[in-house]
Amino acid sequence: MAIIEAQEITKVYSLGDIDVNALIGVSLAIEKDEFVAIMGPSGSGKSTFMNILGCLDKPTSGKYFLENIDISDLNRDKLAAIRNKKIGFVFQGFNLLPRTSALENVELPMLYDGISAKERKEKALEALKKVGLEDRGDHHPNQLSGGQQQRVAIARALVNNAPIIFADEPTGNLDTKTSVEIMKILVELNTQSNITIILVTHEDNIAAYSRRIIKFLDGCVISDEIR
Amino acid sequence: MINIPSTFRISFRALKVNKMRSALTMLGIIIGVAAVITMLAVGTGASRKISEQISSIGSNLIMVLPGATTSGGVRMGAGTQSTLTIGDADAIQKECNAVSDVAPVLSGVAQVVYGHQNWSTGITGTTPSMLIVRDWPLASGRSFTDRDVRSATKVCLLGQTVVDGLFGDTDPIGQVVRIKKVPFIVIGVLAIKGQSPHGQDQDDSIYVPVTTAQKKLFGTPFPGMVRIIMVKAKSSEALAPAEKQINDLLRQRHHIGQKQESDFTVRNLTQIMETAEQSAKVMTLLLGAIASISLLVGGIGIMNIMLVSVTERTREIGIRMAVGAKTWDIRLQFIVEAVTLSLIGGIAGIVLGISGSKGLTILTDWSTTVSPVAILLSFGFSGLVGVFFGFYPAYKASLLDPIDALRYE
Repeated sequence: MAIIEAQEITKVYSLGDIDVNALIGVSLAIEKDEFVAIMGPSGSGKSTFMNILGCLDKPTSGKYFLENIDISDLNRDKLAAIRNKKIGFVFQGFNLLPRTSALENVELPMLYDGISAKERKEKALEALKKVGLEDRGDHHPNQLSGGQQQRVAIARALVNNAPIIFADEPTGNLDTKTSVEIMKILVELNTQSNITIILVTHEDNIAAYSRRIIKFLDGCVISDEIR
Repeated sequence: MINIPSTFRISFRALKVNKMRSALTMLGIIIGVAAVITMLAVGTGASRKISEQISSIGSNLIMVLPGATTSGGVRMGAGTQSTLTIGDADAIQKECNAVSDVAPVLSGVAQVVYGHQNWSTGITGTTPSMLIVRDWPLASGRSFTDRDVRSATKVCLLGQTVVDGLFGDTDPIGQVVRIKKVPFIVIGVLAIKGQSPHGQDQDDSIYVPVTTAQKKLFGTPFPGMVRIIMVKAKSSEALAPAEKQINDLLRQRHHIGQKQESDFTVRNLTQIMETAEQSAKVMTLLLGAIASISLLVGGIGIMNIMLVSVTERTREIGIRMAVGAKTWDIRLQFIVEAVTLSLIGGIAGIVLGISGSKGLTILTDWSTTVSPVAILLSFGFSGLVGVFFGFYPAYKASLLDPIDALRYE
């Protein structure tokens, strides 16, 4: 079975009296080791879909299996545990904790996994090494460049050995040169560490790093091409 | 799984970010705890002082006074009619089995002269039982005996204040003092007793045999008259039966009919003092309760700041949730933060409260007692305040939606 299996997922937001259908019966399967780009204009439902795949949100109806676990039935804390062990997030705005060193930012997921302080530090250093920032561990986010901050965020996504990384517009706040660096790291993680990567972007040249592009429009998948 | 040391480290860091804000929030708790400790110290000090006074007048003490408190609605003025005699005292001693010792008292004020020194003081004529009734030991010399009482010997016991006033450094034992120009040999000096519950210096007094007082110092309208009879009951349980026995006996001896008012009053001094002690304890509780209101206000301050903090750190909460923080991870983080604030405030408050109580003693001469119970209580209470007022903000934080929290600007 695929690592990600979405069956007839719908999501309805009620804004006062009006119901907004953000997703209308989306079915998708993503295999292990795939590098998928999800594209679409704003309001197309791609972010809603990402949130559901990332276990940050639950579908209104439909089934979602992540590594054969039925996510639709899980409560808040169980979803948190899934996010902790199975999923790494990389956001557009980096989302690092301010006034906290890079090393401690990377340690954060392990803090909620009951790992000892010593092991946390070792693993965090290892993850920072993978993104080439082992000498920046004691720097705070405001002492790092945008690209470096995003690499710390990638190290944080890696540190719990999650099989999937969700990257939501990871290059949106970066210049072209830095964007290329970040994408190279993600490609490397996909090819060498066999991490499934799901990328949300609206830029064609960023989507070009992926091997499969899924396009959303008005809450539906309008194209799904493997290159 | 919840990691306590890390949670504390995170709290400390969060509190350090807004040093001024944290300090001001703590100030509420500091003042609250200090107020509770100081107020309890004042109250405890007061009731301790009363207890000391109770033991200084003697334990299980009953006083028989002449005259009724009221007679058919008209106050008879206790003491206007002196109806008690040495015979009454002897009868109480013999016939009331709940009574251990009885001391009749005939007192007055007189001038005492020794050499060129003179001193005006209270003279108490009594029997040797007095020292037992009042739990009052001798500092030196000997007490007078029943034989001294029978033969109305001119001997006396001096209180320490009289000794200081008349003799200075000289040893008074064996010296002769003149009371109302009558020479008395000093045979003993009483131990220091301190102030009475009414603020009287109990050491400013001279004790002589009651018969000597009657015959040589204070003339009495009829033979054997005394002003007061002091009685010591066998135990605190025997106080009530003793009171009743004395009442019955004296009514019989004084030939008082069924419907007539007594011409004497029996007063249980210990009971009166215990009532005073009780009211001091109630006052302590009241003071403590009022002071804990300020602790409560301090707690509300913590809640206020924690609510602000949760709002400010919505994004941080979102990040933590995204990487796997569970409901209780988030809750505990904010509760621990509130408890850290309140406990540090609590410790500072205890220090301030103890020094405040000491300062109050120095400035106002009130006796204050800081009890370990009060310290533990207010420390525990401040911790509870942290948990209680930290819970709602923490609860609010834990219910945030991770997606909304991540997008929060």
